[in-house]
Amino acid sequence: MASNMTIRIAQKFAQCAAQNRPALVTFITAGDPDLKTSQEILDGLPAAGADLIELGMPFSDPMADGVAIQLGGQRALADGHTLAKTLGMVKKFRTGDESTPIILMGYYNPIYIYGVEKFLTDAKSAGVDGLIIVDLPTEEDAELCLPALEKGLNFIRLTTPTTDQKRLKQVLVNTSGFVYYVSMTGVTGAALSNHDAVGKAVSEIKARTDLPVAVGFGIKTAKDAELIGRHADGVVVGTALVNALAATLNEGKASEKTVTAVHDLVKSLAAGVRQAKS
Amino acid sequence: MSKLHANSLRSGPTDEGRFGMFGGRFVAETLMPLIVDLEKSYREAKADPQYIHQLGELNKHYTGRPSPLYFAERMSEHLGGAKVYFKREELNHTGSHKLNNCLGQILLAMRMGKTRIIAETGAGQHGVATATVCARFGLPCVVYMGETDVKRQAPNVFRMKLLGAEIVPVSVGAGTLKDAMNEALRDWVANVDDTYYLIGTAAGPHPYPEMVRDFQSIIGKELREQFEEAEGGLPDALVACIGGGSNAIGLFHEFLDDEQVKMYGAEAGGYGIDKENGHAASMTGGRPGILHGNRTYLLQDEHGQILEGHSISAGLDYPGVGPEHSYLKDVGRVNYSPITDDEAIEAFQLCARLEGILPALESAHGLAQVMKLAPTMEKSQSIVLCLSGRGDKDVETIGAHLGEKF
Repeated sequence: MASNMTIRIAQKFAQCAAQNRPALVTFITAGDPDLKTSQEILDGLPAAGADLIELGMPFSDPMADGVAIQLGGQRALADGHTLAKTLGMVKKFRTGDESTPIILMGYYNPIYIYGVEKFLTDAKSAGVDGLIIVDLPTEEDAELCLPALEKGLNFIRLTTPTTDQKRLKQVLVNTSGFVYYVSMTGVTGAALSNHDAVGKAVSEIKARTDLPVAVGFGIKTAKDAELIGRHADGVVVGTALVNALAATLNEGKASEKTVTAVHDLVKSLAAGVRQAKS
Repeated sequence: MSKLHANSLRSGPTDEGRFGMFGGRFVAETLMPLIVDLEKSYREAKADPQYIHQLGELNKHYTGRPSPLYFAERMSEHLGGAKVYFKREELNHTGSHKLNNCLGQILLAMRMGKTRIIAETGAGQHGVATATVCARFGLPCVVYMGETDVKRQAPNVFRMKLLGAEIVPVSVGAGTLKDAMNEALRDWVANVDDTYYLIGTAAGPHPYPEMVRDFQSIIGKELREQFEEAEGGLPDALVACIGGGSNAIGLFHEFLDDEQVKMYGAEAGGYGIDKENGHAASMTGGRPGILHGNRTYLLQDEHGQILEGHSISAGLDYPGVGPEHSYLKDVGRVNYSPITDDEAIEAFQLCARLEGILPALESAHGLAQVMKLAPTMEKSQSIVLCLSGRGDKDVETIGAHLGEKF
């Protein structure tokens, strides 16, 4: 690992492990439904109980996401959101929070157009800890993964039920921060099926790496978080939060309930993960 | 196939699926094992004489290949320059070049033990061809089609239904080919075990661009022989329309190393190349980016968000292009230029009256390019257009454009 690698992710997972519970990883889309509201949601996530934050970078064609997250991205883009504004949100967040890890999640094209070198420099200086780029499999590591690791940013990889043992080995090579296990074949927001299969897959990954393993896709309630959290070092909740946000909108615009609706759900999920291993 | 020389333009892609900087495998991890498996299965099939024989028989007796090379005498006379030939892919079963690819892929899907086929379609030509091969081999077929396209290509939608396919209209975005492709990819991610994604153009993650090109290359291979018989030697110029670019790469690929053969790709110029988001000419009016599994020229804004584009032709209405075309553009082997909606309509009408042939609106873009080139060439020279599809499906669209009421 590069000596300049950010350490917030490792520290946070270690802290949660010391409390004998999984970490709660929360996803929101940057700029959804507007920059000001989104910043307020982001800034309040740690107090609501989020341990790590995934911040979605809106993209016009989110092929691996379900309709909820796609619509969130469209709201942000319609409000004029850009990658530069996403980085600006992180910078602002860092003025009040030095310890909560932030992982940017999205697709490669907006980064490619922003310029890989410039993006990595700006992301690092804004206070980003890691990247999850859905459409960059290990076969394309030279594009962004290796330059990111060199720059000291974690590159978090998704593994899925279709990742066999041989591939898993290959996928883990340049993965850092944590491993994100996708609990199902499908897009974000689909229904979660089999808890036992998830547990088995997580132990197979843990047999091959010392990195923490977080599980995502399909976790919607405090109960889901508790059940999945028994198997994993972290649970990721995304679509449920985006849906909670969307339910408060008034003709697509934020209402006075928008920020609290997201934070309330995070509080309940945080209680869920605290039930998981106690 | 004859051995390729060191600087051959026909040697791509690399093992990583690259044509120069273009192509690649930019897909979610869930799909990665599938496309690795697909590539392996394709390599095995290509080396299996039984597979090659079966495809050859279907091409001959089911599709009706070889497609004729036709001398468009009155068109040539009217344009007053080079002799104009049509490679008549529109006479294929289902009415376009699309069946060449669908037959190759469905045989592959069955070899791989897949039991469900999904596809995306723009104009509906690929959807019809996919529904056709699914009916022929008794496999269930789901076709994703943008809502806008469902409306403007109603006859093809009904054809697909008659063939037993399920049509899923896609309403997100502008409801065109790009959105249909997103939705098909989502289906594939969710149904990895039994489903084969039958991509219709020479784009997407490796190995699709190579595979689709190989299946379409029969166009150029037949042309070489037919032209030798008709005129002797090689044609002076080749012309094809470019959406994703599968008929064009099928025509061009055989001749890429024959330097004396000039090549022209007609992109969809829509309302005009200077109108922002008013065209679908990704190479003339876009820049390289990553979408749908490959790096290629894309229509996008300055932040890397993909634009919808516009073309009167649903089959060309796509913000990207096959990666091999992006490469051929950058090395300067093929000349790509835009044709507007109006120019395509004019070519369509001229072809109807002079030759008694209704070309697809897509192919009419190619013909409009021929109309610009032929008069600048010598009478002793020849120019070949890939007449990729028939225009019956477009009659309503053209009528509406010309103010006709049905």
